[in-house]
Amino acid sequence: MLSYAIKRVLGAIPTIFIIITLAFFMMRLAPGGPFDSQRALPPEIEHNIEKAYNLDKPLYVQYGLYLERLAHFDLGPSFKNRDFTVNELLAEGVPVSAKLGLSAMVLAIFFGVLLGVLAALYQNRAADYGVMTIAMIGITIPTFVTAPILTMIFGVYGLNLFGYDVTLPVAGWNNGAFQNMILPVFVLALPQIAIVARLVRGNMVEVLHSNYVRTARAKGLPGHMVVIRHALRAGLLPLVSYLGPAIAALLTGSLIVETIFGLPGIGRYFVNGALNRDYTLVLGVVIVYAVLIVVLNLIADLLYAVLDPRVRYD
Amino acid sequence: MIATGSTANTQAMIEAQTVRGRSLWVDARRRLFQNKAALASIVILTVIALMAIFAPALSQYPFDAIDYSVVSCAPNWWPDPDVLCHAGGTHWFGTDPVGRDLFVRTLYGARVSLAVGLVATFVSLVIGVIYGATAGFIGGTTDNLMMRVVDVLYSLPFIFFVIILMVIFNRNFILLFVAIGAVEWLTMARIVRGQTLSIKQKEFIEAAHAAGVSRFGIITRHIIPNVIGPVIIYVTLTIPSVILAESFLSFLGLGIREPLTSWGVLISEGANQMVTAPWMLIFPALFMAVTLFCFNFIGDGLRDALDPKDR
Repeated sequence: MLSYAIKRVLGAIPTIFIIITLAFFMMRLAPGGPFDSQRALPPEIEHNIEKAYNLDKPLYVQYGLYLERLAHFDLGPSFKNRDFTVNELLAEGVPVSAKLGLSAMVLAIFFGVLLGVLAALYQNRAADYGVMTIAMIGITIPTFVTAPILTMIFGVYGLNLFGYDVTLPVAGWNNGAFQNMILPVFVLALPQIAIVARLVRGNMVEVLHSNYVRTARAKGLPGHMVVIRHALRAGLLPLVSYLGPAIAALLTGSLIVETIFGLPGIGRYFVNGALNRDYTLVLGVVIVYAVLIVVLNLIADLLYAVLDPRVRYD
Repeated sequence: MIATGSTANTQAMIEAQTVRGRSLWVDARRRLFQNKAALASIVILTVIALMAIFAPALSQYPFDAIDYSVVSCAPNWWPDPDVLCHAGGTHWFGTDPVGRDLFVRTLYGARVSLAVGLVATFVSLVIGVIYGATAGFIGGTTDNLMMRVVDVLYSLPFIFFVIILMVIFNRNFILLFVAIGAVEWLTMARIVRGQTLSIKQKEFIEAAHAAGVSRFGIITRHIIPNVIGPVIIYVTLTIPSVILAESFLSFLGLGIREPLTSWGVLISEGANQMVTAPWMLIFPALFMAVTLFCFNFIGDGLRDALDPKDR
């Protein structure tokens, strides 16, 4: 187990390194510098600016300087948001994105498991078909379609439920107020709910037909106890290995959700940075995303190895 | 008695010889067409594709004609000379804030989205099949090394690299195809490699070798037909994911450029106008959702039709 863990951790390091290198050199391939769009500056001032940002040095020296800074967790100054460093911008954005992503994850796992187990218990009956239809819709229709449509229904037209006006705010963060979170979190979680429900249903159907579940039933254990004590454990295990891809999907989805709902998270920084050619900011966000994905994947894999006694990687 | 029985037997044997056995493909097609969801999807997709191809003939409006006399008109189907929006003719899906006809724009969006889907999938197919087949065929250390590369690439957050590429090369249309295709080939390579590896060791390949079939014959007669099933299934699932990726980029403003359009661009414009002109969101979103559904149903149908274990 330990040797497997060490091997995986050592494997993750080159991956992160490759990501940083690729991202850095891709950004520098770009024709034109970050200051091109502004009014023409006298050459000596331009030279000074370039010097301040180390842009006058050869590329490999810049790369070395960037890595050196990165080793101190310094992502450098933002090219477009003049008074801010990338670290400061990320420090503002990360809590918003993290709250959004974590809430969506919790929602996805809770509803996904619930719906998946229900569908498996009522296999090939109305409840099963209903859940699987919803899942199909959730998987096929992309976030950037569901977000505006749900906004239109719940935000613009508003709903009147039992005499209560439940119109939700369509944009803004409002310091993470509950009603501002509902739409973005739900939109972000919807595809994941669908995928988790499908996954759980498949596993549970298999587990419910296995011999040990039949034994538990045969010895007279009540139905709900069989499901909770015996079937769920094995049925939910494969979910752990889905956590890695789920994180990646949530991060990609957060680009859309943060843009549509105008939330000040790092996803929106990334999109705006890409549109404004704020190289250091884009590079910083990519690195943060990449490290997150690689590390969380690693944790999910290790967790799986710990939880599943059949898996032995030595 | 015995004599007549044996005649009947011989008769049956002769019949069995004259009735040609159904090939894998005939069998698969029969099963695919029995799948109602898949069949309906094929029909709907064909209609959408034909509408996209013949888009200029289906509408009296050019896709980029700006007309400020019909700004943000609601969908209308019957001409009515008294209403300003109908003066120049009806707009089935309404118009956008600069008076462009949304019906023809949705169809042009379909053109771009489907074209990106097909071309990028083809790129991924070519790279993936060549890479995967090479790795699977050679095997050993080469295979190990090649698959390690795929593993590393797999863990990269690719959509971010595509975004960087689009920023750097200023939303180059052709690059969009290549970039998305280059992202999607990894799974294809894995599938082809796994399939080639497992088929290479099967007894019927050995038997073919023993019977003196040439190497080329084995590849074309035995390996390709057995690899092609999973590849076709994966292709039908890659096309919608490519369409999604393109729309994702276009939605963020990093994909297709005006006046050319794609579903992603239209949905993004519609999302901005949804309070005043909800039809701008509804029609492109509907077209895209239906298309994605159809591809998924066809993919599922093909999987059921081509999976030999299911028989």
